[in-house]
Amino acid sequence: MNRNILFHFGRYFIMLKTAFARPERWSMYYQEAMRQMNDIGIGSLVIVALISVFIGAVTVVQFAYQLGGTLVPRYYIGYVVRDMTIIEMAPTITCLVLAGKVGSNIAAEIGGMRQKEHIDAMEIMGVNTAAYLVMPKVIAALFVIPLLVCVAAFVGIGGGYIAGVPTGLITADEYIYGMRAFYDSYNVFMMFVKAVVFAFILTSVPAYQGYYVQGGSIELGKASTQAVVYSNILILVADYIIAIIMTL
Amino acid sequence: MIRAVDLHKSFGENEVLKGITSDFYPGKTNLIIGRSGAGKTVLLKLLVGLLTPDVGKVFYGDVDFFGLSKEGRRQIRMSVGMLFQGSALFDSMTVEENIRFPLDMFTNMTRKEKLDRVDECIERVDLKSKVKQIYPSEASGGMQKRIGIARAIVLNPKYLFCDEPNSGLDPKTAIVIDELIHSITRDNQITTVINSHDMNSVMEFGDNIILLYDGNLAWQGNKEEVLDTDNEILQNFIFASPFLQKLRKSFLQG
Ligand SMILES: Nc1ncnc2c1ncn2[C@@H]1O[C@H](COP(=O)(O)OP(=O)(O)OP(=O)(O)O)[C@@H](O)[C@H]1O
Ligand SMILES: [Mg+2]
Repeated sequence: MNRNILFHFGRYFIMLKTAFARPERWSMYYQEAMRQMNDIGIGSLVIVALISVFIGAVTVVQFAYQLGGTLVPRYYIGYVVRDMTIIEMAPTITCLVLAGKVGSNIAAEIGGMRQKEHIDAMEIMGVNTAAYLVMPKVIAALFVIPLLVCVAAFVGIGGGYIAGVPTGLITADEYIYGMRAFYDSYNVFMMFVKAVVFAFILTSVPAYQGYYVQGGSIELGKASTQAVVYSNILILVADYIIAIIMTL
Repeated sequence: MIRAVDLHKSFGENEVLKGITSDFYPGKTNLIIGRSGAGKTVLLKLLVGLLTPDVGKVFYGDVDFFGLSKEGRRQIRMSVGMLFQGSALFDSMTVEENIRFPLDMFTNMTRKEKLDRVDECIERVDLKSKVKQIYPSEASGGMQKRIGIARAIVLNPKYLFCDEPNSGLDPKTAIVIDELIHSITRDNQITTVINSHDMNSVMEFGDNIILLYDGNLAWQGNKEEVLDTDNEILQNFIFASPFLQKLRKSFLQG
């Protein structure tokens, strides 16, 4: 088991090393990266927005419930929603969801190409397949996912407003006052660091799973599932590590 | 010319190739024949470097392929075309994009030049130009083989590898595909290596035939020599049915 983990780590890093080589032709890689940005970014906008609205809403409702009867000022609701969304909810939940959506997609796409000998066919032509199939996806994700996370943070905060203000849990003034209280732009920086790291994990790990898939459709399904599970675990581990390092 | 020297390949306990040494000549249709499971695909994949031999070498001209760096191998691969057993056409691209892919990736041609070259190749494999806009899944098996050949020859390769080019085709189409590969080979002086267990192609186009049996090279020769040989393994392979054996006997007795 331990040897197995080391084997996968080793092969994963070797693939990454091959993947970040000089492209044969920039325009082909550029085109592919643009296509991926569209798939990952535009394609995930709705689900990311939907999830964020609810996260913001639930945070407000539950925190208001926790504050009930205490002396803590109500505007703290706004303050807590803001920081919780920025530091944790927007990057982590968004990327866990994207690992499921984008990650399984990448593993299935690359794995399918492996099984249908498309990768062999490209290798024969002289294409560096690890680079052509992996790099544009990772680069696209590194650009687009932080933007998605940003959207998630805004929408989440908006969701909190929708859930809190019309229902009378908190007044609009209190919420906005809370929004602006104790603001520290370092938290936003932390959000982007997390987004970038998670984006790298949730594209490169599934790409690895797909690239080395063997066998038939059962194995492909398995690879796709493993891609999501491992990405999720690694995202959570990375989340913890980043949290420790950046709040020292 | 391609030269295989003492190629060994095992998968775990399964010793598939036990030392294959052979030459493959330019301008000729080099055929690898043998029973299903004899290791034809494995040998072909060793020759193109999709698999690495346990022991042995592959030479392209004078160059030792597995002794090359990654970059060196890529240089050689630009002069290699391959037709896969399952065609391996990229299914998210149209036929035209498939054939154009190597041009897009490796040449500095203008768009017009690329399209002209694609048209040339499509014509060369006798496809109608209206297939350019369809997707591979909409093409028939025979058409897919042709598209695969067109893509394999688009960069004017010096070496062409075909894994069972006529499997799954009716006998007539199979011969047409064989003829196509044969004439492309002759016209462009390509070194072509074909895997086959189709007797028609053996008897029609075998300039240099290699029989694999039990991991060894059991026989080598050309199509004329096939009929005269006493090699028992070859006879058992070619004249597989009792009927054919009888026919051969009476043929030899005059
Ligand atoms: N990747 C692999 N892993 C393990 N064993 C393999 C692998 N590829 C091939 N083999 C084994 O090598 C042997 C030869 O297989 P190969 O595909 O070369 O046969 P073939 O001559 O091409 O047969 P066919 O005419 O049916 O295509 C088989 O016993 C097969 O099980
Ligand atoms: Mg085969």
